[in-house]
Amino acid sequence: MKSLDDLKKIRDAAQRKVTMRDKQDGIRILVGMATCGISAGARPVMNKFVEEITNRDIKNVTVTPVGCIGECSIEPIVEVLEGDNRTTYCRVDEDVAQRILDEHILGGKVVKDNIIGKFRV
Amino acid sequence: MNELSLHILDICQNSISANASLIEIKIQEIIDANTYTIEISDDGHGMNAKTLSQVSDPFFTTRTTRKVGLGISLFKMACELTGGTFSITSKETIGTSIKAIFKHDHVDRAPLGDIEETLTVLLMNEAGIDIRYVHTYNHQTYYFDSREVKQILGDVPITDYNVILWIKNNIKEGLLSIQKEEKNEVSR
Repeated sequence: MKSLDDLKKIRDAAQRKVTMRDKQDGIRILVGMATCGISAGARPVMNKFVEEITNRDIKNVTVTPVGCIGECSIEPIVEVLEGDNRTTYCRVDEDVAQRILDEHILGGKVVKDNIIGKFRV
Repeated sequence: MNELSLHILDICQNSISANASLIEIKIQEIIDANTYTIEISDDGHGMNAKTLSQVSDPFFTTRTTRKVGLGISLFKMACELTGGTFSITSKETIGTSIKAIFKHDHVDRAPLGDIEETLTVLLMNEAGIDIRYVHTYNHQTYYFDSREVKQILGDVPITDYNVILWIKNNIKEGLLSIQKEEKNEVSR
């Protein structure tokens, strides 16, 4: 491993930040990451969320990989959890991930084109 | 799955389900011997002999949401398609390890792909596992060890997004540099 000095800078900057990221607070994004999800393209979707959240410095949003959500034929599946509300998105690609961030997480409006009801009733 | 790193991600999810705390991923590319070896070992709860004999069967799975389990069988197939060999050993309470030796120059040998994405996705898992990744290309070796990163980070979580981006870059650049150094050595 090289350039560990850069890592120390990142650590110092993170320690200066007053905001504490608590898992229970804010919005959680879960990405299904079992065999079905991975082969349908879940990894670049998760990557997209992480990159956008970092580059745009979006607060109070955590992204977590999870196991099989149970609807393998309509993977990649992404779930957005806000308090007691759970929204399940299906067939998510990088473009849909971008829309979920812009329209749902930041805009407060569910992206209706990809909610699970479109695929399963 | 068209990247070896996607198979690695999938196989490591098994380690996480087996409550592993450390996963070691070793990749060894030896051009002269025409081998591309991937070894994944964990310290999870392991399997008994009966389960071990069933894991390569696509109609075996421990999950309850469906009746097929494809992870290990797909990885085994990808390996054997290149004329390679695949083996898996496991000991209850000790851990499990998988070794796949691909033929390096075989047309069906998938590229590694974005291994840095695979490793960071694994680190972001809530189980908080540690990863040691060692990649050898002929004579040059790169390694990444999340335990060393955590030691430097102190109370800053490894899942901090700026840390994740640093890790990605470190792995990407590290792998490029061992390829470059190897080429320099050959041309000397």
